[in-house]
Amino acid sequence: MQRFLLALAVSLFAPFAPAQETAPDVLVKSVSQEVLEIIRKDKDIQSGNTKKTIDLVETKVLPHFDFARMTALAMGPNWRRATPEQQKVLTDQFRTLLVRTYSTALSSYKNHTIDFKPLRSQPGDTDVIVRSEVKQPGQQAVSIDYSMEKTAANWKVYDVAVGGVSLVTTYRDTFTNEVRQGGIDGLIKSLGDKNRQLETAEKK
Amino acid sequence: MIRCLAALAAAVLLASGCATTGGAPDPRDPWEGTNRAIFEFNDGLDRALIKPTAEAYRFVTPQIVRTGVTNFFGNLQDIWIGTNQLLQGKVELWINDWARVLFNTTFGLGGVLDIASEMRLEKHDEDFGQTLAVWGAPFGPYVVLPIFGPSSARDAAGFAVDFYMYPTFWILRNARPEHWVSWRNSLAGLAFVNGRANALGVTDVLEQAALDRYAYVRSAFFQRRLNQIYDGNPPSAPLSGAPAIPTKAAAELLEILDALDRERAAAGGPVARETFEPRVPMNYDAVLAAARPVQIVAKAGKPNRQDH
Repeated sequence: MQRFLLALAVSLFAPFAPAQETAPDVLVKSVSQEVLEIIRKDKDIQSGNTKKTIDLVETKVLPHFDFARMTALAMGPNWRRATPEQQKVLTDQFRTLLVRTYSTALSSYKNHTIDFKPLRSQPGDTDVIVRSEVKQPGQQAVSIDYSMEKTAANWKVYDVAVGGVSLVTTYRDTFTNEVRQGGIDGLIKSLGDKNRQLETAEKK
Repeated sequence: MIRCLAALAAAVLLASGCATTGGAPDPRDPWEGTNRAIFEFNDGLDRALIKPTAEAYRFVTPQIVRTGVTNFFGNLQDIWIGTNQLLQGKVELWINDWARVLFNTTFGLGGVLDIASEMRLEKHDEDFGQTLAVWGAPFGPYVVLPIFGPSSARDAAGFAVDFYMYPTFWILRNARPEHWVSWRNSLAGLAFVNGRANALGVTDVLEQAALDRYAYVRSAFFQRRLNQIYDGNPPSAPLSGAPAIPTKAAAELLEILDALDRERAAAGGPVARETFEPRVPMNYDAVLAAARPVQIVAKAGKPNRQDH
């Protein structure tokens, strides 16, 4: 009987053993919990230490995002009209802006809890949505959906939708306008100005 | 006060109504010049008066008081939210929402405690604009309302009905006539300031995130509304269904992303996939099916195709 159970256990876990990668929902869940845990314990972050929050985001959250893809999606057809150098600058600037915004949002998280919905997907899926809900006392839960795709490295997030509002779609509307008004360089300038402005505001 | 503000808004409109913005018009926003003027007006009013009031309110009240206030108004609104569920044919959600009112009003001490959520009767978000959408009304042009902000022709009509049905108005309609106007105004003012205080976090992030706040808010408005109309499960994923990518451009986008992959492969980096297209993620049907709390929701009317 014991041997049978052992065999059963092995047969159950064997298919998972060789796979090094983490399932997308498990990945998002563990990263979120780790980050929230750090925020809860860190008084500096809670009291608005931007640099510390940005460091946290850079080390824990960023490795799981695919910024080149996010930027390409936010640019839409204009992406191809940009030279490789422009694409690189755009990606860097967009990344800086998102990290800063995300850090601001994070530092206000104190007594929030996150519920994850079970991932509904087939084993072969390479592009999935991971759904979660942020609950805070006295307010309606806000949904946060991560669009993720499987890359050679691991699962990477390429869009986040908060309450149904997709980051990529929202920026695409603005980027299209900016490019139409001032070309690719105009958009690069706007992004650069915005980032500098935020940096100065922070130093004050 | 409101009349004075409306006059001010009208003056701003006259002054800058014909201002052109230089950008290509968004087909959803034919009145962009006027809308931008009202947006600027609202923004100025918010910076000068509403936001400081909300911040002061947040500063002087402990979280538990604000939660109580939010719950109290939320409970009053649940009556109208439930009615809208019924108008949209979602009978079980109507029962859920009215049961919330029943429990919160009694055991929740007049609505100050949200006992119902702890009993797993979830809070929902409905209004008459959503009901009109379920009945088949399209968005119509984008409209920025003075003071109340982003809306659409349909949702502004819905908002007028919501406003009339707003519980602080109709509950107090039968109160003692000599006092009820000031009571109503104080309550409405508290509801407004409390609502603004709840949104402070969101607007702080918006302030940082947006290059052009007007365009950012407009885009977010359409996505958010579509999400609300479909109770959190719009028929297509944000990336594929949004009007921002017409089908022709989607094909172009696919090429772009292929090129990105080829570049990465050449540089020796990881290749995401052979192709990428903005499309519904593979598990979306399963996600949708799992998200439907009750069968009747699936059968309830769907907004017509013009919406997306």
